[in-house]
Amino acid sequence: MDDRKTEPVVRGSERILWFGRGVRAAFSVPGLILASAFVGFAGLARDAGLTLAQTVFMTGVMWALPGKVVLVGSIIAGNGLLPTGIAVALSSVRLGPMVVALMPELRGPRTPAWVLYALSHFVAVTSWVLAMEQLRYVPRPMRTTYYAGLGGMLLAGTMVVVAIVFLVAARLPSELSAALFFLTPMYFLTSLWGSARERAGHVAMVFGLALGPLFHVLVPDFDLLATGLVAGSAAFVLHILRKRSGRA
Amino acid sequence: MSFSAIEAWWWPYLFILVAGWLATDFWRFLGVYLGGRISEDSELLVFVRSIATALVAAVIANLVVFPNGALAAVPLFFRILAALIGFLAYLAFGKRVIVGIAIGEIALGAGMLLTQG
Repeated sequence: MDDRKTEPVVRGSERILWFGRGVRAAFSVPGLILASAFVGFAGLARDAGLTLAQTVFMTGVMWALPGKVVLVGSIIAGNGLLPTGIAVALSSVRLGPMVVALMPELRGPRTPAWVLYALSHFVAVTSWVLAMEQLRYVPRPMRTTYYAGLGGMLLAGTMVVVAIVFLVAARLPSELSAALFFLTPMYFLTSLWGSARERAGHVAMVFGLALGPLFHVLVPDFDLLATGLVAGSAAFVLHILRKRSGRA
Repeated sequence: MSFSAIEAWWWPYLFILVAGWLATDFWRFLGVYLGGRISEDSELLVFVRSIATALVAAVIANLVVFPNGALAAVPLFFRILAALIGFLAYLAFGKRVIVGIAIGEIALGAGMLLTQG
């Protein structure tokens, strides 16, 4: 189905409707899990001596959780601007291929480039997985609007959660925080499987799960990038071989 | 030039902007730039998706194998077993994410009880 060539004139009311549906999609199991993951982050930032404003600011401008954990860790260690920036950049490389994979799903026939650049800021694991699941059910001209609602709501909601947790920062019982920390991997484990477009995605996921911890020990500074390249390439080679043998 | 190197109020924000925002959004913007040049059904996109998926999988595995905070107190064996049980439940019961999470959490809770008992 290719609806790119015949884009109808879009009414403003339709935009508002799809923006609202995107906002609504943020109030979901994944959104709830994301919020709980940031409970831990707010506690970490507070312990590191950051102010409330700095913590919320960091959440707004970076958004992706792993990079922020690296940044706060680097601040605690007293590292300089340049090594900190490099460490954060290395921990955020994954956003590149994620955005590349999302763009063909997201862009409409006449989407201006600046809209895509602006929306790319909302890309982090949760909104990416949600978008890869949901965008195929959204009419193509409405996808950027839908994602603006989804990503914007997730980001704004998370900033509020971070601020509240920072202020109350109640000491949770350790069993409860262990269960909270376990929510994120459990959610990603199941939803990533469901969002895969082809068999290669499942293969890449299994390889990535196995190699991630191994490379974390072998090449701690480049573990995610190394895992992505090795596991992703292996899955792709198998995909090509299957196609060649005519069973694709 | 560390986070607390300069006393001025704006320095921490500049630090976060350069070492945080720039280091993060650089990849997103690069992704938009490159993504505009790849067609939706090309094999190259299958390759990029495989890399992105494996990267996220590595994040997941590291959260389970090398966790921070309270989860680290649960033995590694129980963490992996709970994740595996949750995932198998997800596959077995119609691929419902909420089922996988609930069963995984129950399994983790059982693991914690066993460890303490």
